[in-house]
Parts: sequence; C-alpha cells; structure tokens
Amino acid sequence: MNINNYFKNCRVSVIESAHKDAVLDHQQPIHTETGKMTQKLATAALVLAASVGSASAEKIKFEYWYGLTGDLGAVVAETCNRFNASQDQYEAVCVGQDGYEKAVQNTIAAFRAGKQPTILQAFDAGTADLMLSGEFYPVTKLMADTGVKIDWADYFPGIANYYSSKSGEFFSMPWNSSTPVYYFNKDQFAKAGITEAPITWEGLEAVLVKLKASGQGCGLAYAPSSWIDLEQFSMANNVPVASNNNGYDGLDTTLLFNTTLHVKHMQNMQRWITEGLAKLRTQASGKTARDSFLEGECSVFFSSIADHNTISKLKPTFAWDVQIIPTYEGVERKNTVVGGASLWVLSGKTDDEYKAAASYLAFLATKPEQQFLLENSGYIPVTKSTYAALKAEGFYSKEPYINRDIAMKSLTWTEPTALTRGIRLGNFIQIRAEWQAEVEAALAGQKTMQEALDTAVARGNELLARFAQTYPGKSFP
Amino acid sequence: MRRACFKFSWIAAALLAPQLLIIFVFFYWPSAQALYWAFTLEQPWGGGNTWVGLENFRKVLSDPYYWSSVRVSVIYALATTVLAMSMALTLAVFVDRQLAGYRAYRVAIIWPYAVAAPAVGLAFQFVFNPGAGIFSYINAVAPGWWDLSRYPWQAVTAIVIAGAWKQVAYSFIFFLAALQSIPRSLTEAAAMDGARPLRRVLDLQLPLLTPTFFFLLVINITDSFTDSFGIVDTLTGGGPFRATDLMVYRIYADGFRGFDYSGAAAQSIILMLLVMALTFVQFRYVERRVHYT
Repeated sequence: MNINNYFKNCRVSVIESAHKDAVLDHQQPIHTETGKMTQKLATAALVLAASVGSASAEKIKFEYWYGLTGDLGAVVAETCNRFNASQDQYEAVCVGQDGYEKAVQNTIAAFRAGKQPTILQAFDAGTADLMLSGEFYPVTKLMADTGVKIDWADYFPGIANYYSSKSGEFFSMPWNSSTPVYYFNKDQFAKAGITEAPITWEGLEAVLVKLKASGQGCGLAYAPSSWIDLEQFSMANNVPVASNNNGYDGLDTTLLFNTTLHVKHMQNMQRWITEGLAKLRTQASGKTARDSFLEGECSVFFSSIADHNTISKLKPTFAWDVQIIPTYEGVERKNTVVGGASLWVLSGKTDDEYKAAASYLAFLATKPEQQFLLENSGYIPVTKSTYAALKAEGFYSKEPYINRDIAMKSLTWTEPTALTRGIRLGNFIQIRAEWQAEVEAALAGQKTMQEALDTAVARGNELLARFAQTYPGKSFP
Repeated sequence: MRRACFKFSWIAAALLAPQLLIIFVFFYWPSAQALYWAFTLEQPWGGGNTWVGLENFRKVLSDPYYWSSVRVSVIYALATTVLAMSMALTLAVFVDRQLAGYRAYRVAIIWPYAVAAPAVGLAFQFVFNPGAGIFSYINAVAPGWWDLSRYPWQAVTAIVIAGAWKQVAYSFIFFLAALQSIPRSLTEAAAMDGARPLRRVLDLQLPLLTPTFFFLLVINITDSFTDSFGIVDTLTGGGPFRATDLMVYRIYADGFRGFDYSGAAAQSIILMLLVMALTFVQFRYVERRVHYT
C-alpha cells in the first residue's frame, strides 16, 4: 500500500490566500475636557492607592526552593515560618522540591524559563555547573551589597573552604552540614572484649576479627559509598582524588584515585567481605546498613553524622556510640570536609528580593537558628562561636546529643590543606555513578578491584574532558 | 482499495489546528531542540554551547557499556512484549469463553493499566525484595540464592515481569474486543465440526486476530523501549552494575541526574531512530502476514 495511491486521482487545488494586514490606526484624538477630567480622576486614584498601600505595608516576597524531604523538609519549612514571624518586612515562600537532585533539575528548568527562585538549596556534587555558569550571586558580595553583617571568619575553615572561591569569597551560605562517622554497637563491642573504638583501619580490622570470634555474625554492614570510601577517605588520609589539587586549579583535571591508598582500602573492603568480617548491606540487597545496625544484626556501619538523630529517634535496644572515620597507620591524619547542602542565591532577581534573601540567610546563621536546626536534625554547627556557646551550655553532654560533636573533631582535625579543601569536579554526579557501578561489579566478583577502579578512572576522565570542553576557557572561580 | 479525495476546508483545518499545535509544541519542537543539542555541548544553566558535530554520537556509540545497554533494552522489549501479549491473549480467551466469574476478571484485569509505572516498580520491589519480599521465602530455603543486587539475570527478570504485568491490561482489552467481534456462528460451526476449544483458538480465532496482534506488537515494543523508566528507577536503579541500565534510563541518568544534556540528547535521537527502524521493519515484514478482513 502506497500512501500516494490515495491521492492519485485527486484534483489538488491549491488555495492561495494573501493575507493583508490591515493596520488600524488606534490613535484617537483626546477631547481636552475629558482628558483633564480623566487626569484628575487618575491622580486621585493614585493617591488613594498609595495611602492604602502604605497602610498595609506590602511585604517583600522571595522564593526558596529546597531539596530536603520528610522530617528534614519540615524543619526547612519551619525555619521559613520562624523567619516570617520574626519580622514584618519580608516573606520567605519556601517550596520543597522532593530531593536535592530534583531541586537542582527543577531550578535549571525554571532558570531557563526565567522563573528561578531567589534561593536554592543545592548539594555539593550538583554545583560545578552552577559555579562555572556564573549565574549566582556570591553570598559574600550579596551581604556586602545589602549591608548585612556576617562574620565570615567565624565559619569553620573546613566548611568555609568548601563553599568559597580561591580568593576566599563565599559562593553560597553553609547551612545543613555533616561529615561521615562510624556507628558502633557498644554492647557487642563489650561482649567481644573491645574497650575502645579504633581510629585506624588496622584497628578496626582487629575489632572485626574479635567480633567474629565472639560469635557476632556480621561485624561491619558495608555499603559502598563514593562520598565516604573515596572522597572523605582521601581527605582524612591526605591523598588526592584528582589532579590540579582535586580540581580546584583548572578544568584539565584527571582522576588519580586508582593510584592512591584508596585502592588498598577498597581491596581491604573486598577482602573483609570474603573473610566474613563485613557483609554487603544495601537497599538493593534487601536491607540497608543502617537497618542491619538498628536490628543488632551488624555491629558497625558508616554514615553521615546526620543519621545520629535518626538513630536516637528509633531508640535501639542496645548502647551505641559514634567514632570518627579511621585512617591507615603511618598516615598523617587530616581533616574531613562537609557534606550536605548549602544555600545559593541565583542571579536575575530584583534588589528587593536580594535584600529579603540576605536577611533570611543572616537569620539562619544566628545561634538560635543553628541550634534549632541541630535540635531537629543530626547536622552540625557551622560557626565556631555557635559551637563554643553550645559546648559551654552543656548542649553536647545531654542526651541525645552526647558525642554528636565528634563530627567537629573530624572536620577540624587539621587546617585544610591543598588536598583537603574539598573537591571541584565537573560531571561529578556521573563520576560517582561510575565509581559505584564499577565497585559493585568488583564486589560481585566480576573483575578485580584494581581493574574496576582503573575503568572508573578512565571513564571519569572522559567525563571530565567533556566538562572542560563544555566550558572552554573557563576555570573555577 | 478505496480512493479518498479531500477538498481543503477551513473548518477541517480549524478543527485540526489544536491537535497539530499540541503535536508541534510537545513533539516537534522538543525533538528539534534535542536534535540541535545532540550536535553541541550545552551548558545546563544556559550561557552558550559549543558545536561539536558528531562528537556526541561518536562518544555514545564507542562506549561498550552503551552497547550492553542497547542489548538489554532489546531483550527487555522482546521479553516483555512476548510475555505480556501471551498472558493477555490467554486471559482474553478465558474471558471470551465466559468462564465462571469472567465479569469480575474483565474489570480486574483492566485495572493495572491505570497504575503508574513507578507505583508498579514499588509494588514489585516488595515482591522481589530479597530480605523482606515474597521472594525472600526462596532465600529462606536456599540462603542467598535470590539477590537482585548480585545477579544481573535476576534483576533483568524482575523488570521484565514488572513491565509485562503493566502491559498485560492494555493488550488484554484489545484482544478481548477482537475476540468478541469474531462472529459466534464461526465458532459454533467449528464446534459442530468437532473442534475442541484449543483447536478453535489455534485454527480459527488466532488467524482472525492477526490485525490486532500486529497492532499490539508495534505498540508494545515501542512502549517497552520508551516507557520502562519508572519501573527501572524504582526497582533496580539500573543496577546491579549497569545490568538493567536500559537506554531510556540512561538518558534520564545522564541528562537529568548528570546534567549532560547533550549526551542525553544524542542518546534520545538514537533511541528515536531505533524505535522508528523497528516499527518500519514490523510494517515492512510482519504486516505482510497480516490479513485485514
């Protein structure tokens, strides 16, 4: 059947239509008297409107899109309510976007349509593109321009460095910050005769051996995580993840993690699984590491300090505590860096909106507001003064906050070095995914760990080259 | 063949306009945009792009993982289509024979079509969960045997079953309608000649169903290439180690999660061409064997 057959015997008539745009002259002569009358009325209306306006003092509104969900999302919404109740000049309109990734995705879509919010809560890995686009208002500049005073030196260096440019200007406002730790079951440790939670990997291995000997079926509940096993591990052990000081010094960066201590570490994880010291516990395998820990099935698991609050709330039936992530013996330990998200102010908004946004960000940085966040989540204080004040008040010696500030110890172990400022890599989300898929393949016995990491690096390097090609001639500010 | 002649009519054009506008806005425009992006490197936050010619396609097509993604997509499409259509046909034949309780079945079988793909994925996540799901009973007998996070073939089986389950309803409706349009007298005549139900299905009903069969084949294959995202995302997330990284899921992961709009655009164009080619093949070779009555 040929579609042309249908038309073979048809007489095709082409209708030609010529459109002539009749341009109408809309200008009408204004009758002088009516004109005057109208003018008077208009003036009266304007005066009236102005007086009504000043009486009800229209608030300046701005939008804030955040990624946190569930209980934490409710905490964000509550900070907005608290801000709106604290003053009557500005109104924060806060909209949850169902996850960090979606928050950034939706903001990009909105931005391209010119409808972006004033503030965006964005997670670290998703901000390389934003940094290079320049479509944001660095908060240091915002505060200076709007006359809002913030003591930038008060921020912990490990946090400040992560969110600022080479010249020390803050891009975004640190807010919900965390760092990884490990959680351990004190009762099971005691039963195995372990008195101290080690801070070296060798020490942890000894602990896992003792746990196994004591009849504990699962020592470590292991879930491969690029954030913990690769990024924070490399910080603490002072080894590079990538060249150019982890990407800070240029876009022509290549990954290095297949040549560092990271390889040995991942091989150890694999060996621990084979030797029965650790068990894989992921969502896909049916039970997360945290659930295995909570049920008492496994004695140790690694996660963000933000989980401290979740675990306290779920009230495990055993005694538990947290410890900083280990380093290898013989390594000079360095600081870890923050995870979580920060608040970005986007370009293209009005001066009034910027004033409102600055006021909200300054509000969040105050001690009572930081404390509000800490009490309702597992996050950590971001300023030295707030941390000192909380400590002085005995905040961290009360349940359920006891020892939660161990995260601060990890974060402030040393001053950040060139390798422990953080990581600036383009296409980082995809690089993390490459690492994850390759490591999973190695753990399933499809290839050796070295092969897996080599592949992840090779593929990651292609992603980095592609990113550099997307932003020719640019570099991270 | 009938010949139809149409004169141009303003009313017809006006009536068509809204539909054409919708197709333009939601299909041609985005497709054109994707085509353009596929030849550039697009910066997600705007601010310009770089023309790279066929570089994006070269990159995608030279990636061995991309080809395994194509392979698993084809396997998924064929397996879900065969599974969904055979289940749908079986169920439709039973309902058509008016077995006991067929009215209830008829309604119940149509429902799954109204369930969104992510919801299907979540439901099957419970079914297939190695720790707490229905399949965990297998692990109670043979510990560690069923584990979606370790065995690629199990993960692929899981998404195929979930995908097929979702598509059964659609095919069922069409099969049932087609079966019911076969004149009773034909079936009765065959029965009087001594043909048992199975023989009647094979020799009488199936040949008469070929147009429906063909239509559903095209729709199901297209659908399994383009509409599998929700199931993969909730059930396996593309894992373990990329075993269920279907083409459409990769597009999502690269484009939306990784902000690589250009790479995703190139993959979309390839997927579009592949689906078009498959549809062409079906019309060219399969339709020859279809008899329209």
